[in-house]
Amino acid sequence: MVTRGFFSGRRPPSDTDARIPPGQYLEQGFPVLSAGPTPRVRTEDWSFTLKQGSKPIKKWNWAEFNALPQSKMTRDIHCVTAWTKFNTPWQGVMIDDILADAGIEPPTAYTLALSFDGYSTNVPTKDLVTGKAMVALLYEGKPITPDHGGPARLLVPHLYFWKSAKWVNGLQFTERDEPGFWELRGYHMYGDPWREQRYSSDP
Amino acid sequence: MSAEPSPQSPWQAATITRIEKRTPRVTSFWFQPSRPFAHLAGQHVDIRLTAPDGYQARRSYSIASAPEAGAAVELAIERLDDGEVSPFFHDVAAVGDEIELRGPLGGHFIWEDSGPILLVGGGSGVVPLMAMVRHRTLRNMAVPVALVFSARIWDEVIFRDELIGLDDRLDGFNLVLTLTREPARRPSDYSRRVDARMMAQAVERLPKAPRLAYVCGSNAFVSAAADALIGAGVPAEIIRTERYGV
Repeated sequence: MVTRGFFSGRRPPSDTDARIPPGQYLEQGFPVLSAGPTPRVRTEDWSFTLKQGSKPIKKWNWAEFNALPQSKMTRDIHCVTAWTKFNTPWQGVMIDDILADAGIEPPTAYTLALSFDGYSTNVPTKDLVTGKAMVALLYEGKPITPDHGGPARLLVPHLYFWKSAKWVNGLQFTERDEPGFWELRGYHMYGDPWREQRYSSDP
Repeated sequence: MSAEPSPQSPWQAATITRIEKRTPRVTSFWFQPSRPFAHLAGQHVDIRLTAPDGYQARRSYSIASAPEAGAAVELAIERLDDGEVSPFFHDVAAVGDEIELRGPLGGHFIWEDSGPILLVGGGSGVVPLMAMVRHRTLRNMAVPVALVFSARIWDEVIFRDELIGLDDRLDGFNLVLTLTREPARRPSDYSRRVDARMMAQAVERLPKAPRLAYVCGSNAFVSAAADALIGAGVPAEIIRTERYGV
């Protein structure tokens, strides 16, 4: 349906069209969105736990986690509130390297990412491994600020950015695809920006 | 088995039925959906504009009207000079225009009638809180509510006369205005940015500690207000936030 009198808009440069998913616009800033107050997690209190169901597999403190092999990922990110930001540079520990340090193969097909503030979000395990996702520790070469999820946030850049849980403190492998915080509140279980899977009623 | 319902687009046409300027920068638009819906106070809708060449821009706007106010939903849209969608509404949109709308959306920043409630809004962040205040009034709810509303100046206090009128009813709704760039106009109001002492005094206007606090506004405002609430002893777990982008 064409909107009467809407012509110009804020069109992205044509050479970037192919990088912007449907319904998104290009943002230069880095907006902050969250469901509650920003938790201030001190690195001395920080830990990261891998769990299968409720059973812990392995736990790292900040120093142990930072000693794991670190990788860099520079990716475009897409927020469900319709902004897309190009070339965001992150450094952290690939999920593959976390699993390797724990000495395990992914035990189940689904994962819940868990956060210090009680937030959770579900991601199929295959979307976290084979170089697709990391627990990020640095943004633009510096510690991630608390409002952007520091000290550590999940980075799953090929899904809408609410899947990249801020203040992450663990991954829980689950037998079934269990909805997380926003998925229980009307958002999509998978969240592929290229298929515009924003809300639970989207195919 | 009965036939499957035909797949229906989540988008629908809605007709603008009324336009009212609220402040120099905020105008309310009422949208009559072709498929009316029942929303919850605090929810939002997505709006989609389409250019003749197919280019689309979409944005989320909180609903200002109470669910009880009728099928037309009120959106109070602030003009952002470098915006893409809000200038269209302020400069082009007219009564009778059809706009594509999707909703209602949102399952977190919604009213729950669970005990004393503290609302904190900055600028146009008051919009979803206004839906809650109106919902409480139209339902004659007794639940105590305090609304701390921060605006730059008196003339930018959106819904000002309506809010002061509700405050004057003394029915358990308390309005606390704070102006950041002008002196306070009412004796119980403030003239500074929100801080922990202001939040503690707002809490004291409630008969008991709040069960829930809702904070909405720009990211900078919400960060400051949430920190102020925590500084006033409000537990982080009961604070729900909704932030506008950058």
